[in-house]
Parts: sequence; structure tokens; C-alpha cells
Amino acid sequence: MHNFELVKPSTIAEAVAALGQEGAQALSGGQTLIPTMKQRLNMPDMLVSLTGIAEMKGVCKGDGGLHIGAATQHAVVAKEAAAAYPALAKLAGGIGDPAVRNRGTIGGSLANNDPSACYPAAALASGATIVTNQRSIAADDYFQGMFATALEEGEIITEIRFPIPEKAAYLKFEQPASRFALTGVFVAKYPSGVRVAVTGASNDGVFRWAEAEAALSANFAPSALESLSLSGEGMIADLHGSGDYRAHLAKVLTKRAVLAAS
Amino acid sequence: MAKVSMTVNGKAVSGEVEGRTLLSTFLREGLGLTGTHIGCDTSQCGACTVHVDGKQVKSCAMFAAEADGAEVRTIEGMANADGSLSVIQQAFQDHHGLQCGFCTPGMVMAAASLLADNPKPTEAEVRHHLEGNMCRCTGYHNIVKAVLAASGQDAGQIAAE
Repeated sequence: MHNFELVKPSTIAEAVAALGQEGAQALSGGQTLIPTMKQRLNMPDMLVSLTGIAEMKGVCKGDGGLHIGAATQHAVVAKEAAAAYPALAKLAGGIGDPAVRNRGTIGGSLANNDPSACYPAAALASGATIVTNQRSIAADDYFQGMFATALEEGEIITEIRFPIPEKAAYLKFEQPASRFALTGVFVAKYPSGVRVAVTGASNDGVFRWAEAEAALSANFAPSALESLSLSGEGMIADLHGSGDYRAHLAKVLTKRAVLAAS
Repeated sequence: MAKVSMTVNGKAVSGEVEGRTLLSTFLREGLGLTGTHIGCDTSQCGACTVHVDGKQVKSCAMFAAEADGAEVRTIEGMANADGSLSVIQQAFQDHHGLQCGFCTPGMVMAAASLLADNPKPTEAEVRHHLEGNMCRCTGYHNIVKAVLAASGQDAGQIAAE
């Protein structure tokens, strides 16, 4: 790994100032960033650690539903969101392994927007709001393709606000070596309708399955999905599964998520 | 270079580290605590698992400077005060929970973390908790037996599949 300077601000303002410097990059839990730096796929001159910023941590109820500080680790979300939003807590408790969950953060996952990550599915299916040091971004506008987001250079996610659904569930078919979702589906039922987000499947990253949302909004039952199918075109194809296989998994998992939703 | 100070196995330690110095490197090369093993260095195998402020982490996926001020516990801090093996370590020996032993420090640290949180886990909970720790010798069954035995439960019922 190339060397760099590590700085540890204690406020968002200090972090933003540090990130304004040439070659600076944000470090959250580091569970993705550190391995990519070891491979020299990423060579920052400076890392600005966000995990010591108290105002970016914690889980609480607020006007926007459940508010989660961006530097909150998965293990904390798994515990502290369990009463208010059990499907989200369960998702957090299924990411990686216990050691990864003690370091990795929700903000880091959403900023990275790995096409197989779990949190993007929760944020998109919940119609969450991504709050940054500059503005609030609707999840529908935030995810812009594989590893691409609406974040500007130097912009930091500070909090994520999840409207709490009537019913929800997340199911993933795990790639057994990495524990990433080979395909994962988050289904959330709100008074205004059902939202369905699919991760791990598309070359464009997480996406909403509009036809399934319309069918489930009319009839929230697995049978409502019978006549629907997703195309394998544009889906990720690799040694773990073809595009058609992932498209098939998305439908199967959506049905199972509807059954599991509580 | 920056100075870091932390408590490791109850002792105050400090040292000079670069930004890129991993916690695993600091423990092994800076402090000579080579019980923390580097298996894959890609944060997948769990052999480098230690506790930082009571939470298990992969020390190869954390910078030493991030542990500044923290309480760190490694396998060297797991034995009883008189030097005898702790309950978990003894259970690994009794149930043949290791062959080559390379993964064992990480397994013991992960098991300790599980039992601190969940003193009587089920077999399924033990297996789920150990997902981030790889063993290429034992096939895991004896490791699971050892963890169950360390929790004071009967480990005899686990079928080797």
C-alpha cells in the first residue's frame, strides 16, 4: 500500500475542510477501501477518517422516520433499529461477518454504491433521504449506476432518513465466499404503495422493479407476480451466475420477500 | 509518522506509525505480538481477529492510527492470570478444535466475542458467528464443538456431516 496521511477530525466542518485538500479522500469503516488500497486500486494522498465524528453516529426516530448517522456501524444498526424497522436491522445484521459489521458503516456502503451491496436496496426501497453536509438527496436521485452516486467531490453523507413501512423484508441469495448478494430484493409496503429494489443483479447497480411495484400495490401477495418476468439483458453475468439466472433470482426473491414481510 | 498510544492486553503501549500501518502490523512488528496471524491480508480469513474496545475486528482491515486511545485485546491476552489456558482455549484443546493452528487465534477471539454477547449460543448461532473465520484443516465441526463446550453446553450431539 502506498503511504498517505491519516487525519481524524471530530466535527463535520473539520472533515469537509480536510477533504478540500488535493488528493484527500474520506475513510469510513474501511472494509472496502482498505482492501482496494492494498491492491493499489486506490492511492489517496490523505485519508480523512469520519468515524470519530460524534454528530454522524447513532440511530433515532425523527420527522423523516428512522434517522441513522452515516458513520454508524452495521452491528449498531442491527441492534438499535430492530424495534423501529426490523427488516432494516435484519439486513444490517446479515452484511459480511461479525468483524466487518463492527467496522463497516451505512454511509460508507451508500457512498461506495457497490452493485452487490445490501444497503442501497434498503435505501431505494424505503424511499430514504440521503442527507449530506450540503443538501438532502432523495434515494431515487442518489443512485446513478455501478459505484456512481449523486455525491459531489468532497461531499459527505451525514445521515440517512428511512420512512418506516407498514411491512418490509429483505432477502438475498448470498455469494457464499464473499457474503455479498448474488441478488438481493428489498420489498417495502407503504400507505402510498409498494416499493421493490433489486441489488446484485444489474450492471447499472440497484434498481426499482416498476412492474412488480404496480402489481404488489394492487395485491400484496406472491401470486401477483406470477405473470411478470425480468429480462436477463443488462444483468451482471460472471462465473457465479448468468444474467438470466440473476433475473430469475430477482423474481423468486421478490416473492419470498412478500411472504416474509411483516 | 505519527505517535499512537493504546492499551494492549491491559498494558499501556505507544509507538510511531505511518498512515498506512495496519493494526495487525503494529501488533506484530511494533509490539512483537505475533500471535495475531496474517492469513490472507485481504480481510477475508479472520486469522488476524482481535478485539478493539470490546468488539471483534480484523486487524488487517484497520489502520493502527484508528486504534489510538483504544483498548485492544489479542490472543496473548486470553490466558488466565496464572498462565493456564482460558476456558475457550482449553475447550479447543480438549475437542481437537485445531490441526495446524494457524486460524486458531482468530477463532478464539471470535468465539470470545460471541460468548460475551450470547453466553449459550445454539450450534447454528456458533456457525453463523464464525462465518468470517476460515479454517482449512478441521472442517469446522470440532471448532463448533469447542465453542459449545466453552459455553458449558453438551457438545457431544453435533453430527459430523
